[in-house]
Amino acid sequence: MRIQAEHLSYTYNAGSPFASAALKDVSLTVEEGEFFGIIGHTGSGKSTFVQHLNALLRVPTSLRKYRKKRKDPPSNTVLKVGDFDLTNKKTDFNALRSKVGMVMQYPEYQLFAETVFDDVAFGYKNFAPEKPTKEQIENAVRDALTIVGLDFDEVKEMSPFDLSGGQKRRVAIAGVIVTKPEILVLDEPAAGLDPLGKQEIMELLHRLHSSWCRTVIIVSHDMDEIAENCTRVAVFSDGEVKYVLPPKELFTHSEELLSLGLDVPLTAKICLALKKYGIDLKCDFTTEDFLKQTLALAGKGVKE
Amino acid sequence: MRDMNAIEFENVSFSYEEGGTFAIKNLNFAVEEGEFLAVLGHNGSGKSTLARLSNGLLEADSGVIRVFGEQLTEKNLFDIRKQVGIVFQSPDNQTVASIVEDDIAFGAENIALPREEIGKRIDFALHAVGMEEYRHATVSRLSGGQKQRIAIAGVLAVMPKVLILDESTAMLDPRGRREIIDCVTRLNKEQGITVVLITHFMEEALRASRAIVMNRGEIVMQGAPSDIFERHEELLTYNLTLPLIGRICRDLRAGGMPVTDTLDVDRLAKEIASCVSKQST
Repeated sequence: MRIQAEHLSYTYNAGSPFASAALKDVSLTVEEGEFFGIIGHTGSGKSTFVQHLNALLRVPTSLRKYRKKRKDPPSNTVLKVGDFDLTNKKTDFNALRSKVGMVMQYPEYQLFAETVFDDVAFGYKNFAPEKPTKEQIENAVRDALTIVGLDFDEVKEMSPFDLSGGQKRRVAIAGVIVTKPEILVLDEPAAGLDPLGKQEIMELLHRLHSSWCRTVIIVSHDMDEIAENCTRVAVFSDGEVKYVLPPKELFTHSEELLSLGLDVPLTAKICLALKKYGIDLKCDFTTEDFLKQTLALAGKGVKE
Repeated sequence: MRDMNAIEFENVSFSYEEGGTFAIKNLNFAVEEGEFLAVLGHNGSGKSTLARLSNGLLEADSGVIRVFGEQLTEKNLFDIRKQVGIVFQSPDNQTVASIVEDDIAFGAENIALPREEIGKRIDFALHAVGMEEYRHATVSRLSGGQKQRIAIAGVLAVMPKVLILDESTAMLDPRGRREIIDCVTRLNKEQGITVVLITHFMEEALRASRAIVMNRGEIVMQGAPSDIFERHEELLTYNLTLPLIGRICRDLRAGGMPVTDTLDVDRLAKEIASCVSKQST
């Protein structure tokens, strides 16, 4: 499913003294099959944007209370996820939500059931069009727990609160992907985990991307993570999209990103520092390519 | 007479369940007064347990814990908590009041200080964390980094001699993380407060004067942070990774470029540049 947003704006507390514009006329398209990154510092509008994707936040025209007043100019907002038109109040938002999985920040805080099994089964039962059989539920939960790297028989009867931090997060993710969403959106999926836990979560996301979820969108502050994993990156700043580029091109704008108060990957920082010594290193900013290009640079010197 | 240690553990053991595995196993260690100590370790290595034992939030199964020479017992628990303050991980569940100054006052009010003194301490604490202009702000409208600085201020208002940060930066964005680390570095240098920084961000540990690495409730490595990072093979066995820049140094060397280990971007760039130019001349 392709995501297409045009002229999308959103204001919190509209019409009150606390009104603050979180999105200002944002246009952004995410193609099916991408591993898409969204960056921007706190308050830049990135969370507001992703919450639109499964209609946690609604375009005003899609709300029942919305009435077209004659004075209002016609809305030019477009927001489509696959065939779902999110500006239309007749859209089946429940069906949309089973297709767009949303993993919030620190999803382990949203675990609630007494056993891991019940927690993961909850979403599946809620979204099933007809009442699923016991067998269907068990199969779905087993598949979801297996793909996130947990042993179904070992953890199914355990309380989710007795698991380690990294395991809890994987159970929480299993609870979202159990409906087999085509698009998976994750807000800071690796935040707060130790380095090994981070690595495991990123491996899990790639496993999901190549099997269940055609499109993966991550919101992250970790630029190294973005540079290593994403096909394209959107940079949010002050409610607007400043850039949408593959990491390889984006981080050639390192100086601009730093001036926006954003971080850049370590590889980009080293490239920037190398410029001072008259060395213009070209690489795609993954660690692997950086090493290759740096070593090639030295090697080339020998031949000359 | 031994030198005064801020915190001292002698053969301390602790397990969460009776007969269960030890979260802290026969631990001996000391934090010197005025020191900036970093505690590293993967999730579940016992670093948070260590923090909680230090001010009596948890009670050791065996062994002796001393704070400024005084043995921690049930009787002096509350006096010791005045000396050892802990800031926790989540910025959202450490605030008790809706207005910044009320929140900072909470701890000081609890130890029944006179009103004028509390006022003075709020001034001091706000100044120490650089948040003076937020005195009357609403806590819920602050950023994560600002909320954590308010949490630190609340602890400072009790004027502890030791400040423990238990992964207090883990939930913050890079900017918020920098704010907190700058703040505690300053408190350590200017106010002489002993700082124990529990973290799994290797880069943060570099600010410390000493670092210890924990694994399965035991201290497995200690020394200057830069020395610890040089022992990367050993770090890997404790489920810790090198900071990315350390890995890049190592891999460049493995590829035949003789750079020395450094954690400074400019220095690495300089070394790469000199390697490249040497070879081309």
